[in-house]
Amino acid sequence: MPFIPHTETDIADMLATIGAPSIDALFGEIPAELRCKGLSQVPPRISEMEVTRLMRARAAQDGALLNFCGAGAYEHHIPAAVWEITTRGEFYSAYTPYQAEASQGTLQLLYEYQSMMCALTGMDVSNASMYDGASALAEALLMAVRANPSATSGTVLMPVTVHPYYREVVGSITEAQGIQPLPLAYDPATGRTSLDALKAHEGQGVTAVVIAQPNFFGVLEDVDAITDWAHANGALVVAVVNPVSLAILKPPGEWGANGADIVCGEGQPLGAPLSSGGPYFGFLTAKQQFVRQMPGRIVGRTVDLDGKPGFTLTLQAREQHIRRSKATSNICTNQGLLVTAATIHMSLLGPDGLESVAAHSMANTAALVAKLTAIEGVEAVFGGARFHEAVIRLPQAPSAVLTKLAEAGIFGGFDLSAHYPELGHALLVCATETRTEADLDRYADTLRALLAAH
Amino acid sequence: MAHAAEPLNFPAADAPRAQPMVSPLSPVEPLIFEIGRNGRSAVAQRPVSTVTVNLPDALRRKVPPALPQVSELQAVRHFTRLSKLNFSIDTHFYPLGSCTMKYNPRACNTLAMLPGFLGRHPLAPATQSQGFLACMHELQEILKDVTGMAGVSLTPMAGAQGEFAGVAMIRAYHRARNDLARTEILVPDAAHGTNPATATMLGMTVREIPTNAEGDVDLDKLAAVLGPQTAGIMLTNPSTLGVFERSIAKIAKLVHEAGGLLYYDGANLNAILGEVRPGDMGFDVIHMNLHKTFSTPHGGGGPGAGAVGVSERLLPFMPIPVVGKTCDTYRWLDERDLPQTIGRLSAFMGNAGVLLRAYVYARLLGREGMQRVAEFATLNANYLQARLRERGFDLAFPTRRATHEFIVTLKRDKQQYELTATDIAKRLLDYGYHAPTVYFPLLVPECLLIEPTETEDKDTLDAFVEALCAIREEARTDIATLKGAPYRMPVRRLDDVRAARQLDIRYVAPTAGSAR
Repeated sequence: MPFIPHTETDIADMLATIGAPSIDALFGEIPAELRCKGLSQVPPRISEMEVTRLMRARAAQDGALLNFCGAGAYEHHIPAAVWEITTRGEFYSAYTPYQAEASQGTLQLLYEYQSMMCALTGMDVSNASMYDGASALAEALLMAVRANPSATSGTVLMPVTVHPYYREVVGSITEAQGIQPLPLAYDPATGRTSLDALKAHEGQGVTAVVIAQPNFFGVLEDVDAITDWAHANGALVVAVVNPVSLAILKPPGEWGANGADIVCGEGQPLGAPLSSGGPYFGFLTAKQQFVRQMPGRIVGRTVDLDGKPGFTLTLQAREQHIRRSKATSNICTNQGLLVTAATIHMSLLGPDGLESVAAHSMANTAALVAKLTAIEGVEAVFGGARFHEAVIRLPQAPSAVLTKLAEAGIFGGFDLSAHYPELGHALLVCATETRTEADLDRYADTLRALLAAH
Repeated sequence: MAHAAEPLNFPAADAPRAQPMVSPLSPVEPLIFEIGRNGRSAVAQRPVSTVTVNLPDALRRKVPPALPQVSELQAVRHFTRLSKLNFSIDTHFYPLGSCTMKYNPRACNTLAMLPGFLGRHPLAPATQSQGFLACMHELQEILKDVTGMAGVSLTPMAGAQGEFAGVAMIRAYHRARNDLARTEILVPDAAHGTNPATATMLGMTVREIPTNAEGDVDLDKLAAVLGPQTAGIMLTNPSTLGVFERSIAKIAKLVHEAGGLLYYDGANLNAILGEVRPGDMGFDVIHMNLHKTFSTPHGGGGPGAGAVGVSERLLPFMPIPVVGKTCDTYRWLDERDLPQTIGRLSAFMGNAGVLLRAYVYARLLGREGMQRVAEFATLNANYLQARLRERGFDLAFPTRRATHEFIVTLKRDKQQYELTATDIAKRLLDYGYHAPTVYFPLLVPECLLIEPTETEDKDTLDAFVEALCAIREEARTDIATLKGAPYRMPVRRLDDVRAARQLDIRYVAPTAGSAR
C-alpha cells in the first residue's frame, strides 16, 4: 500500500510482540456494530503516474486567462527562489516550532518576518500570521474590543468601501460576541469614505473605526482625517492595507497625529500565487501597548543556557493551548509556510524592488483605465487618487461582457453590480506590473469589438 | 535488531553519552538585516524600466521601509541555512502525539503547484474553473464517505476554524428552532485547548466533564449536567488519551435525548479512517484536519485545512462556498443556495492549494489505502507501546489497547531520579528524534503522548525504543548532565522567562532611522 513500509515479516513480528492475532484484533475495543462496512464513494487507488496525468488534464482544462482582476487577490511576479526554498522539506514538512531548539530555522525566519511587517506598516509588534486578510480583520476587531474597554458602545464603524467579502467574514466571526459593525457610506463622487457619515457618530462611544487603504475601489482614503476623528472620539483605528502599496503609501503608523492602532491585511501579494484563493496569509501588527491582546503566535529573541542568542515562541499565556476558554483567540495552526515565502519574497525585493512593483502596478492600472475609457460608452467612475485598481462603468451589464471576454481568454475584472448596485454597470479592474502594453491593448481591443457588436 | 542508540543529528561527536559542550557564543546565522548593505539588491527581481507615480504628498511614504537589502545569493544562502536548523518529517522521526506527523508525499505538492492551478484567480468564472472545481467536488464526496456525513464544506482554513464552523452550526441549528436557551458546550477535561477557546468565541459557556480512570467519559457525571441549556458536546474519538471512547453510542443517545448535538474533533481521525465513521457513531458535525489525516504539510505551523462534515439536519447551515454539481457542471453554492448558512469564513474559499494536495493524496491511497492508514498507524502505536512496556516504561492506561497513539507516564521516574518529560523531550533531540507531545493531556502527570504514524518502518521504531532506554540510563547515572540537554542542537535550552519579560519581537537597526 502507498507510503506504508511494512513487510509481511514485519507485520508478523510486530503482532507477536503485541500479542495480538491480527491487525483487525487491535480494533477490538470498537463496538462491532459501529465498524465501517467499506467505503463505496472513495475511488480505487491510482498510481502517481496516473494521478499526474489526471491533474495535468484538470489544470489544463481551466486554461490560462489573461488576468485583469484583483479584488483581494493580486497577480505579481514571484522570484523563482521563493518557492524553491519554501518547499525544501526542512520548512515544508516541519511542525509548529514548539520544540524551539529543533526549530531555530523557522523561529528566526518568523522573527525576521515580524520585523519586516512592523517596518512596512510602521507598527511596533507583529504576530506570526493569521489565516487570511478577511479573518485577520475579524480578529483585529475582536482585539480592538478587548483593547478599548472604555468605549462603551461596542460599536465598530465599517466603511462600505471595505471588501464586501471581508465584511461578510467579519459578520460570521464576530456576530456571536455581540459586535455590530455599522456601515459607513462613501462619497459617490470620490469613492472615499464620507467624513460627514463619520461625524454622525460623534459622541457615541465608538470602539473602533476600520479604514481600508486603498479601499475596495482602489481609491485612496483620507486616512489622516479619519484617524484623527477616531482618536478624538475615543475609538481605535483598525487599518486594512495592501502590503505592496506600503512601499509607496504612508504607513498606517504615520496616519494622522498618532497613527493607526492595529493594522491587518492580506499577505498574498507578498509571494503567494493566486492559487484559487489560498493558501494565503493574514498579517496583524499593532502598537506596543496592545501586544498582550494579540491573537496567534509571536516569536521572541532570547538567550539559551550558555547566553547564546536564540528564538522561541513567547507570550504563550495568550493562547488556547495554555489559556483554553480565556484565550485571545482559538487560532492554533496558522499559515507558516506562506509567511516563509513572504519573508523570502520581501528579502529578494527589498525596499526598492517593492517600490518598483507598486509603482509599475499603479502606472499600469492608470494606463489601462485610459485605454478602456477611450472606448465609447466606457467611463471612469471615481476621480481622485487611487492605487492599482479602478472602477469603470460599462454601457451594459458586466456579467455578459465578462462571459464574452472569458471566451476570448481574458478575465476582465470583478462585477460590482451585485454588491454596489448604485454604481450601475460597474466593473473593478486591475493591471499589476505583470501586464504588458500589449496585454492592455488586447483587453481594450477585445472590449471595444464586443461592445461595438451590440 | 535495533540500531545502536546514538545521537544522529548535527554529528559533532564521538560519544553517544551526554557530554556538556559549551556552544559558541556567536549566533548560528546572522539576521538577514545584518547581512544587508545600503544600496544592495536582487536586481533581477524588479522591472527594468522605472516609472514615477503621482501621489498627493499627504498620502506618500517619506522613508522607505526597513526591509533587507541583500543580493539574491545572500538571500538564498541565508534561508537555505536557516532551513537546516529545523527538524522536519523529511529529515527526522516525529512521534508527536495528536499531530499525525506522517510522510507528506511529494507528488501532492508537485501536482498542486501545476501552473494552471497556481495561476487561477479565485474569482475566475466557473466556466473556466471546471477542472479545479471537479477536484474539489470529488474531495467533498470522498470526505463525506470516510466520515459518514451528509455534506462537506471545504472552506475552513485550519482545525480551529473548522471547530468554529462546527459550533457555529450547532448554535445556528438551535436558534433556527427558537431553542435559545442552549448556550452551554460540554468538553471533556482532556480536550484540546481549541475546543473551549472555540466555544467562547461563539459566546457559549464551557463546562468540563471528567474522565474516569479507564480513560472513558464518566457517563453518570455527563448525565447529571445535561439539560435544556446543553447546546452540544465536543469529543475526540479516540480521545486525547489515546484510547477509543467505548461508550460513544450511549453518549450520543444521552446527548441527543437531552436535545444537544455531538461535535467530533477530527484531530485523531487517522486512528479510525475506514474502520469506523463519526457519522455512524452518532456525531452531527465533524471537522477534519487535512494537514494530519490527509497528509498535507504542516509547513512549520500551517497552512492547514479544516473541512467540516455535517449530518442531514445541519446541511442548511454549512459555511459557504460549497461546490455543487448539476448534470456535469460544477458551480459554487453561496447564500442564495444556502440562505441559512453560518456565512463566509475566508475571503474566497479557504486553503484551496492545501485541498488539492489532500485530493491527490486521497487518489493515491484509494479506498483500500484509506483503511490501511488506520490499521498500520494502530499497529505501529501498539507495537511501540508493547516494546516500551517490555523495557519498563509505565503506560498511563495499561489495560487499554493503544489506538494510533498512547501515553507513557514518567511519574515513577520523576519520583525515583527526577527525570521529567521535558528532560526526555530535550535529550531526544540530541539523539535525532523530535520529542513526543509532552504535558498534554494535562490529566496525566509527566506524560509523553506518542504517535508514530503508519509511514514509519519497524527499524525506526526499534531505534527510538533504544534511544528512550539510553536516556533513562543516563538519567539514572547522571541526572544533572541530562538536565542540561540538548547539547547538539543549534542552541541549548532557551530562557522563556526572559523572552516574555524582555520582549524582543522585532529587529531594530543599531542606528536610528531607515535601513538606507
